[in-house]
Order: sequence, then C-alpha cells, then structure tokens
Amino acid sequence: MPIPVRLRVNNSPREHAVEPRVLLVHYLRDHCGLTGTHVGCETGVCGACTVLVDGKAVKSCTMFAVQADGSDVTTIEGIANGTLHPVQQGFWDCHALQCGFCTPGMIMASIHLLAGQPKPTRDEIAEGLRGNLCRCTGYSHIVDAIAQASGQPQYVTSSVRAGSEVARG
Amino acid sequence: MADTKTPYIGRALKRIEDPRLINGLGTYVDDIRLPGLLHAAVLRSPHAHARVVRIDTDAARAVPGVVAVFTGADVNASCGAVPCAAAIPDLKAPTHRVLAGDRVYFVGHAVAVVVASDPYAARDGLDAIDVEYDPLPVVTDAEAAAQNGSPLTHPDLGTNIAYTQVSGSGDIDDAFRKADRVIKHRLHHQRLTPMPIEPRGVVASYHRGEGSLTLWTSTQIPHLVRTLLPGMIGIAENKLRIVAPEVGGGFGAKLNLYAEEALVAHLAMRLGAPVKWIESRRENAASTIHGRDQIGDYEVAVKNDGTILGIRSRTIADLGAYNQLLTPAIPTLTGLVLTGCYRIPAVKIEITGVYTNKMATDAYRGAGRPEATYLIERLMDVVANELKIDRLDLRLKHFPAPTEFPFAQACGLTYDSGNYQAALFKAKELAGWDQLMKDRAAARAEGRLFGVGASTYVEICAMGPSAAMPAGGWEWGCVRMEISAKVTVITGVSPHGQGQETSFAQVAADRLGVPIEDVVVLHGDTNVAHYGRDTYGSRGMAVGGSAIVMCIDKIIAKAKILAAHLLETTADHVEFADGTFSSPGVSTREIPWAELAGAAYVAKSLPKDFEPGLEASSFFEPSNFTFPFGTHICAVDVDRDSGQVKITKYVAVDDCGPQINPLLVEGQVQGGIAHSIGQVLFEQTVYDENGQLLTGEFMDYAMPRATDIPRYILGHTVTPSPVNPLGVKGVGEAGTIGATPAIANAVLDALAPLGITHLDLPMTPEKIWQAVKSRTAAPAAV
Repeated sequence: MPIPVRLRVNNSPREHAVEPRVLLVHYLRDHCGLTGTHVGCETGVCGACTVLVDGKAVKSCTMFAVQADGSDVTTIEGIANGTLHPVQQGFWDCHALQCGFCTPGMIMASIHLLAGQPKPTRDEIAEGLRGNLCRCTGYSHIVDAIAQASGQPQYVTSSVRAGSEVARG
Repeated sequence: MADTKTPYIGRALKRIEDPRLINGLGTYVDDIRLPGLLHAAVLRSPHAHARVVRIDTDAARAVPGVVAVFTGADVNASCGAVPCAAAIPDLKAPTHRVLAGDRVYFVGHAVAVVVASDPYAARDGLDAIDVEYDPLPVVTDAEAAAQNGSPLTHPDLGTNIAYTQVSGSGDIDDAFRKADRVIKHRLHHQRLTPMPIEPRGVVASYHRGEGSLTLWTSTQIPHLVRTLLPGMIGIAENKLRIVAPEVGGGFGAKLNLYAEEALVAHLAMRLGAPVKWIESRRENAASTIHGRDQIGDYEVAVKNDGTILGIRSRTIADLGAYNQLLTPAIPTLTGLVLTGCYRIPAVKIEITGVYTNKMATDAYRGAGRPEATYLIERLMDVVANELKIDRLDLRLKHFPAPTEFPFAQACGLTYDSGNYQAALFKAKELAGWDQLMKDRAAARAEGRLFGVGASTYVEICAMGPSAAMPAGGWEWGCVRMEISAKVTVITGVSPHGQGQETSFAQVAADRLGVPIEDVVVLHGDTNVAHYGRDTYGSRGMAVGGSAIVMCIDKIIAKAKILAAHLLETTADHVEFADGTFSSPGVSTREIPWAELAGAAYVAKSLPKDFEPGLEASSFFEPSNFTFPFGTHICAVDVDRDSGQVKITKYVAVDDCGPQINPLLVEGQVQGGIAHSIGQVLFEQTVYDENGQLLTGEFMDYAMPRATDIPRYILGHTVTPSPVNPLGVKGVGEAGTIGATPAIANAVLDALAPLGITHLDLPMTPEKIWQAVKSRTAAPAAV
C-alpha cells in the first residue's frame, strides 16, 4: 500500500506515494529520475549509493524512502552549483575515477568526510573512505583528489600532475 | 579554456569523459528507461549439483505484477547454447544452455526467469517459485576430480578432464640429466572474483516491424556479442545493434557472452516489450566468471652457479562447470609465458583443464599471465634462496640482452622489444635496494619480520595477431574530418574506464593538427562503430589506436590531393603541418582544414576522380603481440603477533613503450597493483566441500580498501614496440601481473628467518600467524 513521502531532493520539494519497502536509492533513481546514484551491492558495503541525508553520508540502499520523509537529500546531481564542487574538481584533476561507477558515492562520502574534518591527513582520508569500494583506481588518486580538495597539495603523492609533460624517463 | 598546445601525445591531460561521470550524468545500463519496460529476475540454484525434479511456477505467475515465468523447458530450444570460442583440440565440453535443464551444475546456475512490471514484483515472483532438487555428489577439488573414480561434474561426459595440453621446446630430459640439482615447488594460484563495482545488466528492445533487436549490455565486447548472439537467438547480425553504454568496470568479467544476454533478448522478442535485467551483487559473485584457480607442480633443473637449464610444469586448472567464452584457453596463456623474462632453453608444460561444480573461470585481469608470472617469479626466489645466489643477480643472469630482440623464448613466442636490465636497475635505484638490504639486516638483528621482494615480468599484450586469436585480432577504426573541421573518431575498441575518449583524441589531434576540443571519440555502439574486436588484453591503444593512425594517414593523403588541386600544383608538392596545407615555392596560400573540409564536402571544385568527403576507415592487423615488461619491488613489515602485513615501500617500473597520457598510465598501474594487493593479502573465492559459495557478497569477499594502499614510487622506461605505428605496448594489466609475485616474495622474505619458505595465496593474517606460531612455539614435551 503506497504511502506519501515528502522530502527535498537537491533543494527541490518532492512528493510521491511509494511502497514502504522501496529503498531510498530506488526512490531517487526511479521516482526522481536521478540515476547518478548507483547500486553496487544492496548490502551497504560498496558505498556506490552514498547520498547526503540532512548533510550526513547515508548509503541509500540501506534506508527506505519513507524513512527519509521530511529530510533534505543531496545527490551527486545536486552539488555542482554552476561550477564544480571542489571535490568534483579534485577527482577530475587527479584522475580519481576510471569507470566512474563508484564515483558519485565516493564524492558524496568525501564531502561528508571534509565537512567533519576539513584538513585530514592522507591516512585520515583513507580511513574516511573505508566505507566505499573502488575496483579501478587503487584509491591512491582518490586520496590525492581529496587532499587537493581540502587545500593540502602537500598530501598529493601522484608522480604525475595533470597537464604535466611526460618528462620522466 | 581551450587547450591548443601541441603535441598532445605524452601529456598528462585530464580526461574528456570525466565531467559527465563526476556529475552523475553517465548512462549505465541500469539508467536506461524505455516505455513499457519490463523487469526480469533470475532464479538460481542453491545446490552445486542436483537433479531438478520439479519446478512449480503457478504461484509465481499469480504474484501481482508478474507477467511471465519461464524455465529451461520454455526457452532453451529458442536460445541456442552459450558459446565458447577457445580453439582447444579434443576439448570435451558440456552443452551450456541458457537455463538449466534437468540438472544444475553449480551454485548460481540459472533455473528460471520471472518477468514483471517492476523489479520488486519480479523478485517477489522468484520467492514464489517452488523447485524440488535431488542433490547429487559434488566435485569441488580439481586435483581429486582429475583422478579415476572421482564423482563426475557432468556424468554424460564420462570424465572431469576437459583437455590435456602438452607443449614445450628444447631437450627437457637432457636439461634434467645435466642439472646439478632439481628444485621442486608446488604453487596454488587461488580462485578470484573480478568484482567490477557495476554488476552486469542487459536491456533488450525488439522492433517487431523491422525485425531488429537492440541490446544494451554492460560488456567489454559489444562487437563480439554481435558476432556470436545470432547463433543463439536467430536474428541476423545486421539486424542486431549492441550497445555497451557507460560500463562500470570489467577486468575480464565482462569479456564474455553470458546466458542472460541471449535470455533477455529472447524475452523481449517473445513478450513484445522491452526487458531489463540487472544482476544483483550476489548473482555477480556466483554467476559471473571467476579468475585464476590453477594448481601446479614445478621442477627446475639448475646448475650450482644458478644457470637454469629447464622447467617442467604440470598444472591443473579448475575450469568450473562450463566453458564460458575463453575458459579453457586461459590456462594455455599461462603456458605461453611461463619462462617469463628469462632465457631458459628447455620447457615442458602440461596443462589439464578440469570441470568442477563451480562457476566457470575465464579471463580476469591478466588472464593466464599473472599465473605464469607468479610461478616463475616465485621459482626464481626459491632457486636463488636454495643456491644462496642474489635474487636480482639470478634474474639478470637469465635476461636476454637488449640487442637480442626480437627474442624467441622457449614457449614459442617472439618478444618484440625489451630492455629488462634497464627496468630492473631503475627499480633498484628508486627503491634504494642496498639500503633496504641494510634495513632488513637491522630488522632481523632485532627479531623484526621485515622483507623485501622483487619481480621482473613480461606480459603478452596488444591482442593480437589474427592467426593467434579465435575471432580475429585486428581492430577497426574510422576517422571523419567533418565539413565544420570538427573531427569524429570512431573506434571498434570498447573502453570502460581506460580513458580512450581522451587518449585517442590526443593521437588524432596531434596527427591532424587540430585542437583536441574539436575531436570526439565514439565507441561502444555497433550501429556507430560498425566493426570491432573490442577491449581486452591491453589492446586498446596498440591495436585500436593504430587503426586510427591508419585512417588519419589516408585522410591526409587524400586531403593533399584536394589541396594540390586548390593550390594548382601536384600532391607531392603539398606540405601538411599544424593543420594547414601549403606548397612553398608554388603558392603563398595556406589552406587550413576548415577551408579544405568545406571544399571536400561542398564538392563544387574537385580534382578528377576525387570522391567527395574526408573520411577513412581501416583495419589494423598487428604482426605480433607486444610484450610490456618491468620490475616491481616491495618491502613489507609483518607483525609477528597478528600476522598483519604492512607494505612499507612499493616501487614499480613499467615499460609500456611511449606513454600517450602518463596520468592514465599511472591510473592503470595503480589500479592493477591494488588487485594484486588484494590477491596476495586477502582475496579468495571460497567454495566449501559441498560446493556452497562462501564469498557471495562484498561482506565475505575481501577487496582492498583505501587504507590497504601504500604510497607508490612509480617510474618507467621507454622501449618502443616495432609492431605498431605508435610504438605502444599496452598497460591495462601490467600492475596486476608484476605486483602479485613482488608482494608475495616480500612477505616470504620477511618470514624467511623463521624457516618459512612457502605460503599459499592469499597470505592472510591468520595464515601468517599460524605459520609464525608453528615455527616459534616452544617444542611440545615428549
């Protein structure tokens, strides 16, 4: 029996009637048409479905849509405000994505991480990302991206900088 | 801001594909929405081997939202058999139907399919299907399965042995006769699950009027799917459009034609509505191919000075229950590069492929080469330690000299180019090897377990010459200089994270002398990229990029004819540089692409017999594989009380030839090393003795997380390949091939003072702790 759910998604009010069993991730993807939030495991391990609910990172495959009633939800589609969010810029500059499937969740988890720890060390960044799996990048460039986004280029360890020549040899 | 600085090749440009992905605007299969879309869910066997006594689908049909329920009896006759393309002589193979018939052969074997109006209802339907199984004896141990009297995976085959292949060269008996000693070692390369973060998925839409079918599928090989699917569902190749949209990782797992691709296509045709199937993670772990799983006994004939005279290998490869696309061929790749970087005059390789009641193994990142590299690099350390020879010196002793390339090795391949010494010396220098040796001595003096490992590897890439590939190894491309002087590059490779929308654009922009912003690279849709052999085996740039270079050469040659006409001279007097045609000495006029392309398409004044337009397509056929190589060095601390391994230094020197984009190369290398960290330290696909899959979720299958990754020191050497116009060798698999033995050798080097000479992968904390405990516990009282 569908029940009404009212919430704000990326600052727009939304109102739908949904089955109580519908997961938040499916609500966002199928009812709101926001397919940037991905499903990787349905068990809350991989973090591809990470969104912000009232500013906090939530794995949206572990929450029912009705539980988000009255909340403010932010998805990957809602963070660039004319210009890229610094975390998005960091991901682009540092080649922190390959296939891109985990990327929206990684970016949302990173935003949550930096909200609580604006100047994390490399180890703290890695610790903060333990809830998100990436199979492509090997994480090092992702940590670089967040180091850059937090204004700490000293923690970027990549031996190649975007735009640099291939001077190594 | 436009980036017009050329050359683009060799620069660490940010990726062109990223803005859509970091904004959540990429379109993966699950993001495709079609009017009237139905949703399929697949019921899978909970048994490893059982007779299917009865399937009752009545209750499922009554579930609200359920449109149809089908079993093997309903669909198998219309779907053909899942193909295997591996050419193995005398292969005994079971027929692999889309859904199970009267038996199931592995946990996860598809038994029935429910189609419903939404995915939740489809899963409700699965819950309402009642299947009665009669469990049968289960085969899980490949070595035991190869013995007479074993229960049979497929009783109708009469054996579990799919094939035995014996190969080699040189006088192996003579090598062992002349040996001062024979060193024997047994190695297990564990089963792994590729685990791309995006599971597989398929959407099929049938156009009844046209009789055509469009299939969106999360695959690395849309063109091979288009080649092979007609044999399954009876639609002609030219009525079939396969689209690999954004694909969320592959690693070989999506280098396959899966039952579900045919099944969902069939459902769309049968039901007259588009159908979507999205794999769950649990299904992905059970029913998408696994990798590796080889166990072998190896004998090395050596002289006391370390000279290796020959290697004998006997390998049992666990194929699982069915042959997927390349299943039986993967272990044979191991045989092709078993001698690694080394001059070893005699080899004998015996490979036995065995069926068990498990998911099929097939190509997983590296596909056969990581297995070979792990075993030869472990053997080099075992030999060095036994003969008390320096590990790096033993390797150097057996490298061919850089002047000896092309180098014919003992397994039958000819390595294109190489300078293995340079890579080793560079890695040694970057690692501070001599200091590491001092650190190790100091650690050992204090009783700390600190170890250093190295591996030198060579891989087989740029697959490949058609003579060596089951369905052609060429690649196709098309380049069009548009009337607007924008450039459209169409490639038959199918990137899914490798970044070739960027790297191919770098090549095209340089060669055509246009701003990179004017180049668009299209791929992954067989109606756009008409032909191709797709992405696997580190072939994208080396084979696909070469086809693009051929196209560009043709376009420039044609453009010169038109330019000559406009400049009132002959083509051999036309020069082309920086996107401009001119004829110094003949005319002061310079003709940029914008003008020339306009002239070619408007076609008011063309030379005689000149076809309008500026477009060329090409097939590039490589004359050989390429053979990237390198040296990896790893240092580890092992905590004797917990068995935890911490990588304290990681150096990789990889030679993939000239780097088109070093940022992308670094990403590939780092990503590959992460797979190896997982493999050495914690990843393993586990079936219990009943064939139950114990690693069926991310919760059970331990993949590396951000905290498991060391800080890398990466370097490279550049040895161009002579077999393609770009000189590139490929880099997608290098990290996974080079890193596994380096890390394993480091852990065992750390444990060497305790007399521990071997641990099977993965070297988990528990396994290490047990080994340490058994070597350090007080002797029991007698």
